[in-house]
Amino acid sequence: MLASVLSQFGDAFEFVFTSKESRSGGSDVGGAQLLGLLWDHLSLSAVSLAIGIAVALPLGVWLGHTRRGTFLAVGVANVGRAVPSIALIALFFAFLGTGFTNIALALALLAIPPILANVYVGIRQVEPETVDAARGMGMSALQIVRRVELPLALPLVVGGIRTSAVNVVATATIAPLAGVSSLGDPIIAYGVYGDAGRLGASMVVAALAVATEVSFGLAQRLADPLPSRRRSVPA
Amino acid sequence: MMLAQVEIRDRSSASCVADNGFCPDWIAHHLDRYWDPLGQHVYLTVVSVGLGFAIASALALLAHRWRRLITPIVNVTGILYTIPSAAAFFLLLPLTGRGKDTAVIALTSYTLLILFRNMIDGLDSVPDEARDAGRGMGLTQRQLLWRVEIPLALPAILAGLRVAMTTTVGLAALAFFAGAGGLGQQINSDLAFKSNVVVASVLCVLLAAVLDGAILVVQRLLTPWSRVA
Amino acid sequence: MPAALEFQDVSKHYPGARSPAVDGLSLRVEPGETCILVGPSGSGKTTAMRMVNRMVEMTSGDILIDGRSVNEGDPAELRRHIGYVIQHVGLFPHRTVLQNIGTVPQLLGWPRERIDARARELVGLVGLDPDLSQRYPGQLSGGQRQRVGVARALAADPPLMLMDEPFGALDPITRDHLQTEFQRLQERVSTTIVFVTHDIDEAIRLGDRIAILRDGRLVQEATPAELLVHPADAFVEEFVGADRALKRLSLLRAADAELEPAVAADGTGGATLRDTTPLDDALAALLQDADGRLTVVDGDGHALGVLTLDAVHAKLRVQDQAVSPG
Repeated sequence: MLASVLSQFGDAFEFVFTSKESRSGGSDVGGAQLLGLLWDHLSLSAVSLAIGIAVALPLGVWLGHTRRGTFLAVGVANVGRAVPSIALIALFFAFLGTGFTNIALALALLAIPPILANVYVGIRQVEPETVDAARGMGMSALQIVRRVELPLALPLVVGGIRTSAVNVVATATIAPLAGVSSLGDPIIAYGVYGDAGRLGASMVVAALAVATEVSFGLAQRLADPLPSRRRSVPA
Repeated sequence: MMLAQVEIRDRSSASCVADNGFCPDWIAHHLDRYWDPLGQHVYLTVVSVGLGFAIASALALLAHRWRRLITPIVNVTGILYTIPSAAAFFLLLPLTGRGKDTAVIALTSYTLLILFRNMIDGLDSVPDEARDAGRGMGLTQRQLLWRVEIPLALPAILAGLRVAMTTTVGLAALAFFAGAGGLGQQINSDLAFKSNVVVASVLCVLLAAVLDGAILVVQRLLTPWSRVA
Repeated sequence: MPAALEFQDVSKHYPGARSPAVDGLSLRVEPGETCILVGPSGSGKTTAMRMVNRMVEMTSGDILIDGRSVNEGDPAELRRHIGYVIQHVGLFPHRTVLQNIGTVPQLLGWPRERIDARARELVGLVGLDPDLSQRYPGQLSGGQRQRVGVARALAADPPLMLMDEPFGALDPITRDHLQTEFQRLQERVSTTIVFVTHDIDEAIRLGDRIAILRDGRLVQEATPAELLVHPADAFVEEFVGADRALKRLSLLRAADAELEPAVAADGTGGATLRDTTPLDDALAALLQDADGRLTVVDGDGHALGVLTLDAVHAKLRVQDQAVSPG
């Protein structure tokens, strides 16, 4: 049994690193071809994340700074967690059709709740006295946000982005269900790539997710203006 | 996979369905085809979270005593958490084969980090003076743990449980990759048909809401002091 | 029955520390006495107290309660028979006032009704409003919480009670109230008390005997009056404060001084002083009076005599001769 397990993983490794002819004939799969899929996966994730940040960050800042809408921010995060990613992809596909943009929008929607929740909490937990002092010194609201609240909220904000990034990278795996190419191709289109392909792609996706988590984790630590603090919000 | 463009035309059953539209009639008549997947979904969620809770509790009690265990446990459960479930199901396939068990293993491992972290944080947030007073009055270590620390950690523990529950509902939708059924299977079986996708998704969210609400009720019952403070 | 407590050459060395936290402390507390351990921070007073119930284990020496070493037997069992009150109280947030108070009796296995009755009795004893009995600590003020803390320590009727700066975290007004209550309590409850504070005024007000600690060593042990009249060295003198004379007066009452006979024609302008007024307050009132004379009256308004500034001064001098070094 162990031998069979090892051989399956061995085949998968081989798939990742060498290119050979696909099972159904025709084009090459594996090895270098995976790089193309990797690029597709990353670009989809990056665009989706960017859109998500563009929406959630200003909204979260506004809600947090004006101290309203706890229910909204936290409620969205809670419900957002429960919506199955596949449903999101399927709904966008069903109502808008296929295409990179549509699916990127679906993933962006997925990315919003953790960022929104963390930005909101991060801004809100800045001590009211600090903000009061800043206002007393004559800073406009925008200046307070830029110079006081955001820097202090940065670790939590980056933490939220980190959670979203990992979610997006993970979910981009099933984008092929809606006709958009990503590292999930070998997983979804099993016939073309075979067992080794499916397992190999899974390994790459897992590694990619861990890499994303680790690099954003590093960014989060670097973003901390007060290194003695730790802890992210339960996201 | 269907890549054809879809439009919503008139709402009469036959043509609505043929156009893959949102058809209330069809939904009303075919609701029963969602019960089995829903049941599987409930099973997957509850069993996975239950198992995760048991494992995380054991880990938390150990780490509460021997603090050095915290970092390694967080690291390991962190990796398990980060691995996308879609990938996880397939990574497990060679080891555990297709079926419910594989799905449960993957889903359980996903809950560990959230549950463990919340449990440890909860136990740590017990006020030091309560601990000192408890010891000073003659409570043994074990009595202190069960009568003081754990009750006071309950809000955090239950908050973690809520997050784990709702997250797992979402993830269980992918369990069909491991051949475990669930509402995701239902979605995948007819991806382009809007009615199908909408019904299955709504059921997912409702399930999460119900489970979340149930835990909230339990929390209200078990921690009366946190409401009035 | 209140217990006798004895420290026998007790020391505590923390590994890596330059000097011992407690160094050869020998002290005896008689049953029913309130002994106050005072000293600046770092003097080892809290450590010494915590060694009694083995929250800190002593490095050498012994502590005897009614002749029995505290090191014998299970620490948890020992602690159930010693009242324990700490500065930040440490009430259990998830238990009501009554449940908190009943903690030790419950550990000792008392029957439900007895625990409940005792808890309610104590609520009255510490002067807590009975309506608060079912509240949670989060709903109480600091002063109320500390009252519950004291009640909780007294619940199992312990022969010995340890109190570590119990009023330290309270505002001055509440602290004053609770100190007064504590004095009342001392009269009604028979238990031996070891009380730690850094506040010499509190020590003088509440203690039967005071032990001054410095750098882990016992510097002087005496009654409040002896301490004020005969401080052992410059440190104690400074610690007690430059206003020793006033502090001494605070221990005496207006009626204690030599009063001149009351005069029918009221020569003091109508202002009177209760016989129970502490002499330092009486002095302040006398200084405000144009003639420096005030009539002292008892609870029924009968004039007992006239107090003068000279009489106050004389009282101090008489006391100097009467009090012998401790």
